[in-house]
Amino acid sequence: MDYTFRFTPVLSRIDQLLDGLVVTLWISAVVIVLGFLVGLGGALASRSRSAALRRAVLCYVEAIRNTPFLAQLFFLYFGLPALGLKLDAVPAALIALVINLGAYSTEIVRAGIDAVPRGQYDAGMALGLSRAQIMRLIVLKPALRIVFPALASQFTLLMLATSILSQIGVEELFHMAGIVDSVTYRSFEVYAVTCGFYLASALAFRLLFALIYRLAFAERLGVEKPDGGPKAPGVAPTTAVQH
Amino acid sequence: MFRSFGWPEFLVLLDGLQWTAAISVVTFAGGGALGLLILLLRVAPSRPVRWLAVGYIQAIQGTPLLGHLFLIFFGLPLLGYPISRWSAVSLAMSIYASAFLAEIWRGAVQAVPSGQWEAGAALGLTRLKQFRLVILPQALTIAIPPTVGFMVQIVKNTSLASIIGFAELSRRAQLVNGTTFEPFLVYGVTAVLYFCLCFPLTKWSRALERRRALAR
Repeated sequence: MDYTFRFTPVLSRIDQLLDGLVVTLWISAVVIVLGFLVGLGGALASRSRSAALRRAVLCYVEAIRNTPFLAQLFFLYFGLPALGLKLDAVPAALIALVINLGAYSTEIVRAGIDAVPRGQYDAGMALGLSRAQIMRLIVLKPALRIVFPALASQFTLLMLATSILSQIGVEELFHMAGIVDSVTYRSFEVYAVTCGFYLASALAFRLLFALIYRLAFAERLGVEKPDGGPKAPGVAPTTAVQH
Repeated sequence: MFRSFGWPEFLVLLDGLQWTAAISVVTFAGGGALGLLILLLRVAPSRPVRWLAVGYIQAIQGTPLLGHLFLIFFGLPLLGYPISRWSAVSLAMSIYASAFLAEIWRGAVQAVPSGQWEAGAALGLTRLKQFRLVILPQALTIAIPPTVGFMVQIVKNTSLASIIGFAELSRRAQLVNGTTFEPFLVYGVTAVLYFCLCFPLTKWSRALERRRALAR
């Protein structure tokens, strides 16, 4: 191998990559919040008393989880305009990502709700609480705590999946990498640096989620339970649903 | 004038589906073999070796598959290693799958009580023999359902091969759409074809999981 690595041409255009990184991060943030809310709603709906609603959620989750994101994105961005619904790249990307993440989150949160011991429901009923109150006051928090590591992995995978948006021209990190590559012809260096940005973002996400976990779920000092509870994300082995 | 989407166009997509399946099989084989190696490093007695495996897994899981694919397909030729689309796709996807499979399998291996390792050691087995004869058979039953589940991810990830121009299902869809200009129909049918490949795997994984839960 007589190739000399030259990172200078890439580093001189680092501002373009950083612009892309900013887009990647804000899209991820918006989609994580909205996708989680969709997942929460979906999980509650999948445990509702209406059979039609349960069935609808099941179809939604299976349809999304068993098709590639790229196919979903193309269907939404190129397919729907044929029916008269024309979307710009960024709104189409946001909608496709929220629909996608919503399906995965539904499945994860539902698993958390199912993992809360049956006795908790019985206890709530014995207190005379309604179904909605039992869900909101008793079940939801432990359920989310149980699946938080899995959700955190899913959110990180979502951030990495935004690289696919480059295919419909959203100017996120991977799209900008393509532009820098096309002017510098330093493909290896460009994509190595780009992967470095993604890796740094993934690590930052992990720290952020560990912090959120502590703020939202950790027992207050002094009332720490002796048996602990699920460990912080990254420590607990998860069988997260990969993208 | 545009052609309309008919039987010949459908056959083009179906042919692409075969390539999607072919990449998936190669990825599963390559990723599985590499994943097993990473797993062995990941549960090795030596700490630096374990860290090496952890570093590999973190680096791969923290970067997008598209990044690996571009680094290999566009990057390697510049370094003096020209690579075909087929090899680039197989290599990138195998590397990607190996990190996830190693991590899934590590969970399964660590679910086997550590007393089993010690029992193997007490019988005078070498570390590798303890793994192969004692731990692996037990870990396998735990690992199979999530492994089948991950095969669904592999199938879906093959769609990214289209981005470097490999003529699997997604790429065929783009080409067919280019001649028929019926995107709603073409991408709709494409999604259904993916679903037909993935959904049985999902069902299978779930059935295996249920059977294991019943056996406990």
